[in-house]
Amino acid sequence: MDDLIVEFLTETNESLQELDTDLITLEQNPNDKNLISKIFRLMHTIKGTCGFLGLPRLETVAHRAENVMGRFRDGNLEVTPEYVSLILESLDRVRFLLGHIEATSTEPEGSDAELIEKLDAVYEGRDAFQNGGVAQAEVKADETSGGLEMPTFDDVRTMLAEQAPAAPVAEEHHAEPTPSVAEAQVKDHKENKDSKESAESAIANQSLRVSVDVLENLMTMVSELVLTRNQLMQIARNDKDSGFVTPLQRLNHVVSDLQEGVMKTRMQPIGNAWAKLPRIIRDLSVELGKKIDLVMVGQDTELDRQVLEMIKDPLTHMVRNSGDHGIETPAERLKAGKTETGTVHLRAYHEGGHIIIQIADDGRGLPLEKIKKKIIQNGLATEEEVARMSAQQIQQYIFHAGFSTADKVTSVSGRGVGMDVVRTNIEKIGGSIEMNSVEGKGSTFSIKIPLTLAIVSSLIVAVGGERFAIPQLAVRELVLVSQKSEHRIEMIKDTPVFRLREKLLPLVSLNDLLKLGNDSHISSGFDHKYIIVTQVGGYSFGLIVDQVFDTEEIVVKPVAKILKDLTLFSGNTILGDGSVIMILDPGGIAKVTGETSMPEDADATAKISSSLGGETKTSLLLFTAGNDAPKAVPLSIISRLENIELSSIEHSDGQMLVQYRGTLMPLIPFNSSVQVGTEGQKPLLVFADRGKSVGIIVDSIIDIREEVIDVQVSQNKPGLVGSAIISGKATEIIEVMHYLNSVHGDWFKDHGDEPYLNQSGSDTVGGRPVARKILLVDDSPFFRNMLCPVLTVAGYDVVAVESPIKALELSERGDKFDLIISDIEMPEMNGFDFATKVRSSKEWQNIPMVAMTSHSTPEDIDHGYKSGFDRYIAKFDRETLLDTINRTLALGGHQS
Amino acid sequence: MSTNQTATRQSDALHVISDTQKDFLTININGQMFGIPILQVQDVLGEIKVTRIPLSPPQISGSLNLRGRIVTAIDVRKCLGLPPLEETDKRMSVVVIHGDELYSLIIDKVGDVLTLQEKEFEQNPATLDVTWKSISLGVYRLDGEILVILDVPKLLLSLQHTH
Repeated sequence: MDDLIVEFLTETNESLQELDTDLITLEQNPNDKNLISKIFRLMHTIKGTCGFLGLPRLETVAHRAENVMGRFRDGNLEVTPEYVSLILESLDRVRFLLGHIEATSTEPEGSDAELIEKLDAVYEGRDAFQNGGVAQAEVKADETSGGLEMPTFDDVRTMLAEQAPAAPVAEEHHAEPTPSVAEAQVKDHKENKDSKESAESAIANQSLRVSVDVLENLMTMVSELVLTRNQLMQIARNDKDSGFVTPLQRLNHVVSDLQEGVMKTRMQPIGNAWAKLPRIIRDLSVELGKKIDLVMVGQDTELDRQVLEMIKDPLTHMVRNSGDHGIETPAERLKAGKTETGTVHLRAYHEGGHIIIQIADDGRGLPLEKIKKKIIQNGLATEEEVARMSAQQIQQYIFHAGFSTADKVTSVSGRGVGMDVVRTNIEKIGGSIEMNSVEGKGSTFSIKIPLTLAIVSSLIVAVGGERFAIPQLAVRELVLVSQKSEHRIEMIKDTPVFRLREKLLPLVSLNDLLKLGNDSHISSGFDHKYIIVTQVGGYSFGLIVDQVFDTEEIVVKPVAKILKDLTLFSGNTILGDGSVIMILDPGGIAKVTGETSMPEDADATAKISSSLGGETKTSLLLFTAGNDAPKAVPLSIISRLENIELSSIEHSDGQMLVQYRGTLMPLIPFNSSVQVGTEGQKPLLVFADRGKSVGIIVDSIIDIREEVIDVQVSQNKPGLVGSAIISGKATEIIEVMHYLNSVHGDWFKDHGDEPYLNQSGSDTVGGRPVARKILLVDDSPFFRNMLCPVLTVAGYDVVAVESPIKALELSERGDKFDLIISDIEMPEMNGFDFATKVRSSKEWQNIPMVAMTSHSTPEDIDHGYKSGFDRYIAKFDRETLLDTINRTLALGGHQS
Repeated sequence: MSTNQTATRQSDALHVISDTQKDFLTININGQMFGIPILQVQDVLGEIKVTRIPLSPPQISGSLNLRGRIVTAIDVRKCLGLPPLEETDKRMSVVVIHGDELYSLIIDKVGDVLTLQEKEFEQNPATLDVTWKSISLGVYRLDGEILVILDVPKLLLSLQHTH
């Protein structure tokens, strides 16, 4: 049975049972205002809920009974014993219907015409008891609350029954052949008797309402029990022969089960909070004449009931906003080149101990100009200030208190209404909300809610004499490093790095990060330290700690309010030994140590705007070779850094080679001025590709920096992307592909492989090679510069643009391409939207599209296909890229 | 005391001191006597192990476990701009409740509970140190000593804004 119906039955049965005791007094005191109001409210609730659940028969009975109760309540009709029987009869009918719904999930056949007639007669004042004298009732009848609502409700119900497959009960009912009234009445009477016997509802007995406070207390006590258990376990561990071991083990199991059970009582799928949203959207779309799809993903994501209650209203509000203000009318959408039907995406998932809820629409986005005007009007900022603000900063003003009301009055279609309240509510439970909106393209709101109340398994580590807990969820692996062994921490300037399976792992020294100020790691030389390989989203990094203890189940307690600003901690807890310990927040650490793709706090507006403004930061390795001018390569494409013994270099056919990990690796000096002698060591940048490696010999490694690459001077020198200012110095950005190609070509030939040039790129039409035209869309100049040569070398004719908007301009200009390769994460317009645009355009709708991104989840890929991409590949994966291009081209046009 | 007099009392003190008589727990910091309204006091602790909280404001010494509840410890000397105690010196703490959270105020010594008359209460002297003024509700003139009443909520709020 539908969860909602079960809940409704439970609730209604409870209210009915409560009424039972009161009803006894009704006969003695028929005009008890309180009781009458109570019955009125119950009927009103039943009526309302039934309309929503699609239970028309019950709704009608409740509705008519409500009308009558309304008259009693308002005092314009006196309750006589005859009316008491009528009230009781109505209640019995309701109970009977409920019983039937409970047993079969559907309403029973038959009609309540007789009862309804009686109720209507009373309501309209034409029954036997009121004849004469109560004519004024008719005048007032319209004012009773039920009378006014009735048409609306019927409309909605009919609409639901007609349109929504979600209301099968309603449809069924309409489809039923109506039996003759008399027959139905006989049947009803019989059923009525049955229902009286089964007055004790089965469902009501199966579930029990418990106040959240009780659960809260229970949870606290279980938490304490868990802590005590941990304490006992620790004692028992030290004393293996003790007789406590076995009973303790049993206790351990029982406590674990108990803990899980209590946790379960508090957890609810977020779908519960979403249940009403499809209806809201449907109503909205009818009301406003829009076509809106609501797509919900992750309904099963569970979260604490209390948290759920707190976010219910903000969520509803935001979804309504998306439908109301975000999505345009079909006509507007068509005009804007979008599909008629707008989509509101609702997504929930766990990430690093948080729950992320996303509300995204593909509507009109936030109207920047209007918000700007409003900001100036409301005196929130001066004109000059506004002029300097980024779009993101301006949009943030919708969260400003008071901004909303002003919006409403002037009916600006911004999303101002109540957003400040939404934000306050979310922040109240320690969450954050951020927003990204592109005018004309839609808006995305992300709500991040921490799991404030949860028992999590954590790894206890020590650094600088202090202990910390790290949620195990984020921990991938542990590595013990010793400077003498193969696993050692290497320094690039002052930045520690570690080679983890052919990859450089950026390291964060917890000691430095937390400013514990104990012995600096440099002096202790990283000997016998542990690296905790931590993953946040798609970003991995290592935390250097001194010691690793056990894992422990801990109860996350929020930190005191005055410590709320410490973003590196997600909470604190009490350990088995009774001491307090801080819980590290891997997400927070990732954020402060430079990973910019992490969601930012809403208050870090400026930061967001810079990262969203297309200025993506790239980790760069700086080195020198030949002259002193620093040179830079993106760290992400370097596989390893080595120090090479120059004496171990061998020469073969004019090619420098070195035996490396059991194979021969070709070496090239970065340029001719790099002196490769026969003595000493030189740093080597190792690039591995398709199981083959190339080493580039350089003079020295300077540093690793995270910078926005802004190529200021482009040179037409081979092997050089251009020059940029990195940490205050003019730095040459190296185009690695140039170097790799110079060796790879030879490399393939040596092994009997054909270089790509002949293998795939050009089609030979009648012996005449025709270069295929490829459009490359990527916001990062670096990737454009890196991929262009790759594709050109492979024989394609490449046009690269920095944004989908530029690409679409080409489309308007009438340029033709054989293939489009597009990045996904781009400012202004992302790859998905771009694909949708391309697919809906006349000129380009059949051009195959390949999505290229650095991180992709299955949902992303799915989304990509839906948007119109034909293929999905990871960045850096050159072989797959070329292979994919080749195969996609071979297939011809877009396969829809 | 007549109602008239009550009305003329300093508005500053109204929200805390509404009775003619009030109980205070006295504490000693650096030789100065302070009072904390007794209703705010949850507990008095001797020396107790405190876990450091990295990156927290200097006035926060750390957190401790008080019968299963995590209590944030605050060094009142630092809040008042006083020199720290010697390592070897004994110290005590007074646990106060603020909102629904517990805070432990680390002080030198706890004294008696005093019941004080309203008429002995006075506003902060105008020339009082700004830091002190900001966290003091007012003073009581005692025999041979001045008792400074700590405004605990204000003290905690000031910490929230210092960093």
